[in-house]
Amino acid sequence: MCLGIPGEIVEMKAGHDDLAIVDVVGVRRAVNIGLLEADRIGIGDWVLVHVGFAMSKIDEAEAAATLALLAGLGQAYTDELQALAESDIT
Amino acid sequence: MRFVDEYRDADKGQALATQIAALCEPGRQYKFMEVCGGHTHTIYKHGIEDYLPENVALVHGPGCPVCVIPMGRVDDAIAIANEPGVILTAFGDMMRVPGGNGSFLDAKAAGADIRMVYSPLDALKIARTNPDRKVVFMAIGFETTSPSTAMTVLRAAAEGIDNFSVFCNHVTILPAIKAILDSPDLRLDGFLGPGHVSTVIGCRPYEFISRDYGKPLVCAGFEPLDLLQSVFMLLNQLAEGRCEVENQYTRVVPWDGNLRALEAIGQVMQLRPYFEWRGLGFISHSALRMRDEYAAYDAERIFDVPGVRVADPKACQCGEVLKGVLKPWECKVFGTACTPETPIGTCMVSSEGACAAYYNFGRFTRQRLTEAARV
Repeated sequence: MCLGIPGEIVEMKAGHDDLAIVDVVGVRRAVNIGLLEADRIGIGDWVLVHVGFAMSKIDEAEAAATLALLAGLGQAYTDELQALAESDIT
Repeated sequence: MRFVDEYRDADKGQALATQIAALCEPGRQYKFMEVCGGHTHTIYKHGIEDYLPENVALVHGPGCPVCVIPMGRVDDAIAIANEPGVILTAFGDMMRVPGGNGSFLDAKAAGADIRMVYSPLDALKIARTNPDRKVVFMAIGFETTSPSTAMTVLRAAAEGIDNFSVFCNHVTILPAIKAILDSPDLRLDGFLGPGHVSTVIGCRPYEFISRDYGKPLVCAGFEPLDLLQSVFMLLNQLAEGRCEVENQYTRVVPWDGNLRALEAIGQVMQLRPYFEWRGLGFISHSALRMRDEYAAYDAERIFDVPGVRVADPKACQCGEVLKGVLKPWECKVFGTACTPETPIGTCMVSSEGACAAYYNFGRFTRQRLTEAARV
């Protein structure tokens, strides 16, 4: 459950300062970005997502490496992605 | 996969292995503890120990948040779930953790309304859409997760949602490391610091480990090469007679942590005088509770929580595994009575638990090595 999954910010949610739409291996979900410095992130940035919150900004190379590592975890990663897909944060 | 190769390159792994071997003093035994369950997973999955000389051992620490929840807290949560009108929400990892009277899944089968959520914000949403129910979030996790719970409570307060509360089981990593350092059971030469916890707390809070206990610590990333590099950094410190906190995972971990996250925790939660950890017993100032200002969101004040203490099953040796005293395969019930399908102990429940990681990956490597040695 301590997994941090990389996702790319694809949209800043209008009307919600602290929400962004993040693409995590093709799944697009709202993620809370309130823990990051708002002026330092935007569309196209990669973030590590943990339980619905962006925990830190990372670069694309780190994101790719982390995604590959997670894919190797098997069930734990599948479960986490499934849980994320069912998430519906507003 | 260009980026990935950078962290996986077998040649680089071998080169690091050679450098590591060169740093080891012959005849000296080295024991490093990896605090984080994510590291344990990588170590078994990628056979990191195969790259290390025989006199360098990695021991697994208490860094799996599910594993350290004592059985009594599971029972307390089920007692809350059984109160009229309650919806208990929890992360998926919690569902199969055995309490004294079964797990959340068992309680759910018996009629309690227990729902799996991905995020505390999903739990808040359930509260918003079920105003006639009392929605409780079973909060677990280290500093990686507590900011998310804190932010959710702040959100609930801002929206005036009054049917949401938190059963707070958040723990803090530093007192657990201190308890292990104070324990006479284990002699350690250094630590691989947790990656994600450190994104929140930074590296500075570990300085007491090098300053007061004379043990080096390196905050480590999760890739196989990250771990090898970190072991190299630890050995290098020892070889040069240094003892410091170093950051190998600079790609993600800022030295000062995430101030916003720390502020959110501090605003909503405060340290408990003590908290029971599975296997480690009661540790002072090692967990968080809700501040008085947020009492309205504190399930422990809203509901009558039994607070019973349940001893671990006699056969279970999770405590020794969590302290790094026993390796998973040395536990009496490992792989026989206790498996991921029917776990007795928490270390077998979570995929980050040392026993589950070893059961799923490590034992095959070990088997291979044992057989190779026999030939």
